Amino acid sequence: MSFIAELWKFLGVRKKFWLLPILLMMVLLGGLLVLSQGSAVAPFIYTLF
Amino acid sequence: MTSILGISAFYHDSAAALVRDGEIVAAAQEERFTRKKHDAGYPYHAVEYVLEEAGLRFSDVDHVAFYDKPFLKFERLLETYVAFAPRGFNSFRVAMPVWLKEKLFQKSMLIRNLSKHDGGFEDKDRLLFAEHHFSHAASAFYPSGFDEALVLTLDGVGEWATGTVAIGRGNDLKIIKELRFPHSIGLLYSAFTYYIGFKVNSGEYKVMGLAPYGEPRFKDLILDKLVDVKPDGSFRLDQSYFNYCTGLTMTNSRFAALFGEPVRNPESARLTQFHMDIAASIQAVTEEIVLKMCRSLASEYSMSNLCLAGGVALNCVANGKLVRDGCFENVWVQPAAGDAGGAVGVALAVWHDELKNGRSVSGTQDSMKGSYLGPSFSQPEIESRLSGCGAVFEVLKPQDMISQTARALADGKAVGWFQGRMEFGPRALGGRSILGDPRSPDMQRTLNLKVKYRESFRPFAPSVLREHVSDWFECGIDSPYMLLVADVCDEHRKEMTPDQEQLFGIEKLNVPRSAVPAVTHVDFSARLQTVHQDTNPLYHELISAFHALSGCPMVVNTSFNVRGEPIVCTPEDAFNCFMGTDIEWLAIGNCILRKEHQDLSLREDYTAKYELD
Repeated sequence: MSFIAELWKFLGVRKKFWLLPILLMMVLLGGLLVLSQGSAVAPFIYTLF
Repeated sequence: MTSILGISAFYHDSAAALVRDGEIVAAAQEERFTRKKHDAGYPYHAVEYVLEEAGLRFSDVDHVAFYDKPFLKFERLLETYVAFAPRGFNSFRVAMPVWLKEKLFQKSMLIRNLSKHDGGFEDKDRLLFAEHHFSHAASAFYPSGFDEALVLTLDGVGEWATGTVAIGRGNDLKIIKELRFPHSIGLLYSAFTYYIGFKVNSGEYKVMGLAPYGEPRFKDLILDKLVDVKPDGSFRLDQSYFNYCTGLTMTNSRFAALFGEPVRNPESARLTQFHMDIAASIQAVTEEIVLKMCRSLASEYSMSNLCLAGGVALNCVANGKLVRDGCFENVWVQPAAGDAGGAVGVALAVWHDELKNGRSVSGTQDSMKGSYLGPSFSQPEIESRLSGCGAVFEVLKPQDMISQTARALADGKAVGWFQGRMEFGPRALGGRSILGDPRSPDMQRTLNLKVKYRESFRPFAPSVLREHVSDWFECGIDSPYMLLVADVCDEHRKEMTPDQEQLFGIEKLNVPRSAVPAVTHVDFSARLQTVHQDTNPLYHELISAFHALSGCPMVVNTSFNVRGEPIVCTPEDAFNCFMGTDIEWLAIGNCILRKEHQDLSLREDYTAKYELD
């Protein structure tokens, strides 16, 4: 819960509420990806993420 | 008394640092303890070590500070995917699970990990976050000896920023300009590192070492097609040649077509003159950008001191050119300029910027303590640990240990040198080093191929007595952290014969370029470490003893590890590396180990133990 509150506050401070629908879509899509695969391993690339 | 724990983690080079009342007490990278190069995990061992060094329990720590802001990074990631959609789906598919499972919840992950230390972690308000480049800027400015300085940070990318300019005055530090992703000099250099077939994020040193063997014949092409550099050094990268925003490689087919060759496969394709020319070209472009930036900043702000940090600040060739250019009177580079240094930076930022504590500076001496901020071992502990691993050693008086080791060096032996506290940052500075005689024409090849198990072209650095540096190199200033490159003085150089002039690229490696060929690169340059009596008296004494024997006031200094291995941390690590390589002599504390006395069944095969870097 505190995570959602922090994220909400972050979007407010950054004035990035327009990211919210995209964020939700991405979380849904990303959630499907998470469910469809076993492990989360960062790939061999400069650690951009 | 206020204690602040700084942490850098979860991307690469995790580290922890402890600052007490503004003094850096200890700092170490996690890789040294876990023996996993560039370990990106939570730095549990490093935290335990810095607490122990400071004599603290975790519950005694007043503030814990993390070196970047995960939400901001996530914002950049999302906006990048939106900007490039649908092209970035491949990258998105890989990145999202990592973020949704772990990285988005970094604060909770951090708290969970912090709770594993004694005393737990209840008061979450003790946890603070700073922006990535602010941590870099703080690591460059606060430990410098300057009361006032311009601070330039350049790296791959933090949250949004890829480079910043800050002004530091007293305890005040403010970022005044920034360059933003995807326009990044660090990512540009890494793109070429990838193209030449080296590992991104660790092979950049190799590109720099390869550059002097080539001609920068692609420099104009790079400046014409890939990078639009403005007169003030700011720039934009043409993203149509790169793939890092949307894909899982640094460059794309258009990039390869521009230069006419595919990405080199490190397993099957040899390094050719083409790759050396590419390395020389990107090095020249990097130097031009850094110099333009600094000249423009010097004229805009009229300040005489410059501090540097961020991974690009480890490009000591560019640093050397910057110092020689003279646009700033004084330049100081944070020795742990990469992400590990963010741990020191963020802890100092809390002390000075958040808690508003003042700062006293000497004007000449920095507060990094020679970067000897890691673990040390007492003589009884060394003896017991060496006995535990079956080593055969003799214990000498300190004076005898010095004189016999100097003699071993003069006899051309490869010497392991393990003394005092371990260095913080990527360079070994005489705490965990492999040493050799720089006068020997075979030393570079021997150390590269038989000791380090790495490519023969890679240069070695000299550790030279500070008081003799200008007798041998075109450099009159301190370079205690091996972050400046200077040329060997004319009188010590050896010119090539007409036949040797005809040689190409790496063939020139075998041509001695000076009276100290093992530390002189093909273009007469050397990556200097000046050794100072006040910061490392024992190392100073050893080189002085070698000087007395040989007339040469320097030794070859390379990190105590093999290719791909983290630098040794404990006497056991040192013994294993000694046994697994052709190091012939090892000095740990006052213990001397000779290879011929050891039980060879303890020898481990080190040639393939670590991955190529």
